[in-house]
Amino acid sequence: MDFSFTEEQRLMAETARRIARDFPPDYWYEKEEKGEFGEEFWKAISEAGFLGMVIPEEYGGVGLGITELMLVIQELCANGCGMAGNWYICLTEVFGAMPIVRYGTEEQKEKYLPNIARGELEFCMALTEPNAGTNTFRTETFAKREGDGFRINGTKIFISGADRAKGMLLISRTTKMDEAPKKTHGITLFLVDLPNEAVKVSPIPKHGINYSKTCEVVIEDLWVPEEAVLGEVDRGWHALLDVLDPERLVFTAASVGIGKLAIKTAVDYGNQRRVFTDPIGSYQALQHPIAEAYASLISAELLAYKAGWLFDHGAHYREVGATANMAKAVAVENATKAVYWAMQTLGGYGYAKEYHVERWWREINLVRLAPVTQQMALNYIAEHVLGMPKSYR
Amino acid sequence: MKVVVFCKSVPDTETRVKLKDNRLDKSEIKYILNPYDEFAVEEAVRMKEAGKVDEVVAISMGPERAREALRSALAIGADRGILIKDDVLDGSDTYVTAKVLVKALEKDGAEYGMLLFGQQAIDGDTWHVPGQVAEMLGLPQAGSIIKLEVDPDAGKAVANRLVEGGEEVHEMSLPCVVTCRKGLNEPRYPSLPNIMKAKRKPIQDYSIADLDLSPEEVGKAGSFTEVLSYSLPPKKEAGRKVEGEPEEVVQALVKFLKEEIKVI
Repeated sequence: MDFSFTEEQRLMAETARRIARDFPPDYWYEKEEKGEFGEEFWKAISEAGFLGMVIPEEYGGVGLGITELMLVIQELCANGCGMAGNWYICLTEVFGAMPIVRYGTEEQKEKYLPNIARGELEFCMALTEPNAGTNTFRTETFAKREGDGFRINGTKIFISGADRAKGMLLISRTTKMDEAPKKTHGITLFLVDLPNEAVKVSPIPKHGINYSKTCEVVIEDLWVPEEAVLGEVDRGWHALLDVLDPERLVFTAASVGIGKLAIKTAVDYGNQRRVFTDPIGSYQALQHPIAEAYASLISAELLAYKAGWLFDHGAHYREVGATANMAKAVAVENATKAVYWAMQTLGGYGYAKEYHVERWWREINLVRLAPVTQQMALNYIAEHVLGMPKSYR
Repeated sequence: MKVVVFCKSVPDTETRVKLKDNRLDKSEIKYILNPYDEFAVEEAVRMKEAGKVDEVVAISMGPERAREALRSALAIGADRGILIKDDVLDGSDTYVTAKVLVKALEKDGAEYGMLLFGQQAIDGDTWHVPGQVAEMLGLPQAGSIIKLEVDPDAGKAVANRLVEGGEEVHEMSLPCVVTCRKGLNEPRYPSLPNIMKAKRKPIQDYSIADLDLSPEEVGKAGSFTEVLSYSLPPKKEAGRKVEGEPEEVVQALVKFLKEEIKVI
């Protein structure tokens, strides 16, 4: 067993820390308030090669795995970027580059990967629907064969980055669930080029992470050629799992990062702030919950890297899924506690926007809902890891 | 033309310095490439990108961890590294360091056009080594430069230094020594592709025997100076605010300067 990072991984982490120092909390405060995309940050991570991380060298990338992706994301988040250290990278790298690397044809790889690696092509994923979220099998968006391609209709919701993305990973049914031999059959992934007249994108006002828009996407009579299919028709389910597990893992890395950032902020503030005689950081009422959250975060971090290692080493998807869900559940629970106690430590300043903790609070609250709710992650552990009866139908 | 950049592995700028048994407690320190050396590496790499330099060599003297500082230099764009590593080097002062670096230069072949340093290392902060190396080699030197123009064909370099109220311009024949500071350039982030490329670039290891030096010539034995003790700076005390009419404030201040701290 070897817990050490390689020299290259440590240098990558250092580059991430340096970028984070150039895009500190004040930068993200401004972007959040203005509802603006962090163009300067995007440029910096593009130039540093972050968007080519999982892309093989022959397509202009670096050919690394989810482990390195998690490492740099956590460093960005923990060193001042908060959720922004994960958000854009996840949308383009996890929803675009990763599935294309694994399942794309030569033509698809050449069309998308070099542009993604250069930071010139943003991606998004259209999975969730008003009536299908965690119950992906009930996806209602339908692609009907027509000529040399498919005619697609459906409505997607909470699609982040769809307003800017030039590429969209669209999850659709090609065989209706009641006509499929089993429920996992009939799911197909499509690569759709945006903007497109048949795809209407409307941003949804939301609680946080306003440096990126999250949208409703209405698809009306969109025609795509056969070449737009990623992987195999009707057999997209397992390819989709290879997107959802990494998504869970980068959000876990982000949660650990945000938790560390909040704890560092709380410790720095608590150690100098005096209300009565001693610094408030000397009070056990603050020390214990912060220490507890920290210890749990570090535990979740270890488990998350194990899940990343399993994924990179081609482990069975059930093992990856179990590990990723456990890491996610613990990381999010404790990152939420970390931010809660950071806010408690900062008192009124914790509620004031320019002290950032309230923004991280809004950010971390997303992760208890997405990429999967805490409750569904726990259901997964109970059912698939512990062998308890499925509790919902 | 080959240029050589000198790199030092130093504690990260965010390190909280702790002392143990009158020595620096190194147990929890994270090390980085000295930030001033980054300006030097960046400048050398830019010269190479501009076609004025054929090869950028990074040299470091230090323990095994200095290899990572060299790897950072290679990731910025240096071509190869040299690590001078030997247990007997422990305790070497700046004079010995300069002597060893000069030996390594000779070993690598003397045909370099320029030697670049960071103006200071953020740990020891002596500013000694570049000047000593220049002196030992009898080379012209410009310190703390903010602009550099090199003309390899004409065999000269022009360097600008910031001085009070203006700039000082030095024209030097090559080879020469320069030391670099903030303002000279904006060092790039080592990109991930370059970090992966750096992995494949060679780092040559030298012991002091490889450099024809004996243990008596280096370490504490060969040094002129020795660090006797370390102490943390005194804790900053809260300031005092003098309030009142301007006349009263001035009187109070003069009294303070005369009687309490006795500087006037």
